[in-house]
Amino acid sequence: MEHLLINHYETAAVILFGIGFLNLLLQNNLVKKIIGFGIMDSAVYLFLASQGYIAGRLAPILVGEVANAADYINPIPAGLVLTGIVVSVSVTAFSLALIQRLYQKYKTVNFDEIVLLARQKGDE
Amino acid sequence: MPFVYNFPFFSIFICMISGIVTPLLKNGKWAYRLSLFAAGAGLALSGVLLGRIGPANESFSFMMGHFPAPWGNELSVGPLEAVLATAICLVMLMALLGGSRDIFDDVLPEKQKLYFIMMDEILAALLALTYTNDIFTAYVFIEISTIAACAIVMAKDSAATLVSTMRYLIMSLLGSGLVLIGIVLLYCITGHLLFPNLQQRVLELVATGQYTMPLTVVVGLIVLGLGIKSAMFPFHLWLPPAHGSATTASSSVLSGLVVKGYIILMIRLFYKVFTIAVIRELRITNVIFLFGLAGMIVGSVGAIKEGHIKRMLAYSSVAQLGYVFMGIGLGTDVGIMAACFQILVHACTKPMLFSCASALSAGRHHNKQLYALRGAAYENKLAGVGFTVGALSMIGIPLFAGFAAKVFFASATMAQPVKMWMTLLTLALSTVLNALYYIPAVAALWSRPAEGEAGEKQPSNPAFAISTVAFIAAVFFLGICYQPVVTLIQNGLALL
Repeated sequence: MEHLLINHYETAAVILFGIGFLNLLLQNNLVKKIIGFGIMDSAVYLFLASQGYIAGRLAPILVGEVANAADYINPIPAGLVLTGIVVSVSVTAFSLALIQRLYQKYKTVNFDEIVLLARQKGDE
Repeated sequence: MPFVYNFPFFSIFICMISGIVTPLLKNGKWAYRLSLFAAGAGLALSGVLLGRIGPANESFSFMMGHFPAPWGNELSVGPLEAVLATAICLVMLMALLGGSRDIFDDVLPEKQKLYFIMMDEILAALLALTYTNDIFTAYVFIEISTIAACAIVMAKDSAATLVSTMRYLIMSLLGSGLVLIGIVLLYCITGHLLFPNLQQRVLELVATGQYTMPLTVVVGLIVLGLGIKSAMFPFHLWLPPAHGSATTASSSVLSGLVVKGYIILMIRLFYKVFTIAVIRELRITNVIFLFGLAGMIVGSVGAIKEGHIKRMLAYSSVAQLGYVFMGIGLGTDVGIMAACFQILVHACTKPMLFSCASALSAGRHHNKQLYALRGAAYENKLAGVGFTVGALSMIGIPLFAGFAAKVFFASATMAQPVKMWMTLLTLALSTVLNALYYIPAVAALWSRPAEGEAGEKQPSNPAFAISTVAFIAAVFFLGICYQPVVTLIQNGLALL
């Protein structure tokens, strides 16, 4: 229990990851599914960002002469977060485009209804 | 550094650049030619690389931009990676040739260029997954291949493909989310991203007994994530509709290559990061083994019930992937060698089956129900022969590639009594089940059509002929002269 309180960022991140994961898995509404995906990925970024932060140190930006490396926080997780954001933005854009296409065809964003309609039309 | 060491990077880079310049081209025909060039160039480069490091049995790591570890990004190349990359480029090239006519029929003319961009990116992603030595780069290319794979399924833009793409996309996103959190947790307990540094830290952690639980969770998450994406039983339900409804070249590439990319990455992670001994100790292999056995049966049963020839082939892919997971699940070098060999066998056989099935249905108004294809083999003899060779290889008739793979699986289990009996019984059962759906399909294709059922004879298609002949040659090569390939895989695994 104590560990969970000390690592409260990580705890929150894992809870958020679970919420996002379940939404992506269980929601019927496709837009809500993608929101779940957004929550899931943001949780990972929160986790990473909290890993890189070291209390009492500076941002890893050089001003003037090179100071001691031990004065700065770890910049690598921030780099990973940036890469991850690019990936999740493109995946979100692709998913939303696909949902829009499905909406044009079936006039609904409920995935169960879409599957049902597709079956009725004999498409699947 | 010898010049040939740059080739893995070149082959990835050529594919990415081809994808980037494709929008500037005039039309889909030129985009198609550029994609062929990219795959051909990749094949030539990987082939030369294989010729150089295969016999010499050497492996090396290539620094991207000459930044040394632990700052830089690396590729690592050995005989195993070279064999797999050569096979990937070859299958990509042949799948594009074999499915070319359908691509131009199925995809809207103004979207054809975009289709070939996705094909280029898939090839780049697969090569990068095969070569990369950095776990976060692997994640990025997993996502690239996810988006591109979904895009080539939906390229046909029919209602069925849209629904199956959505299902595929959701499962893929769940899978990559799990892989991502697994990678982040691994970074959290080790502080590294490059495979060699990771391995060193993981072995230290295991030796000191620290973080045993988190390490197990990490391996579990990564295996689960990659398993979902490569259609491991019980997460295989997205595969048959997606692979069965897409255009021919997409089905070939997805079944033959894309699902394998994640498995190749899994094998490399097992050897280069966690080491196979640790994986065995964590008992993850037993879970993979059982899922593999179940997949072999469930996939075949699904295929028996299916009347749509492409969805039948897609279910058969689930069964064949079950073989691969069973081999990995044995957790020994011989088991994983057999799994790698099965990856090559399936990559050469399934694309041929898909392109032959489409060619056969072309004369029957693209009706892909098995009952509509009676006697279709007489209208396109080459496609009929190709389908028959592929089917016999899948069943496991001697001299065909599938037989060699099954023999390796059977002999790989000899050291483990319990797993041996389970494997041998399931192998026997699965062979019977395979025969139960492939033999009737082949028989229907070669039976005389009833009055008025016969379709029109198809005009000859040189691209399809080249691809089918090459695949048939590959199936016989892997079935008869498998020894050099097996030696390369064994040496490669030893050097990983």
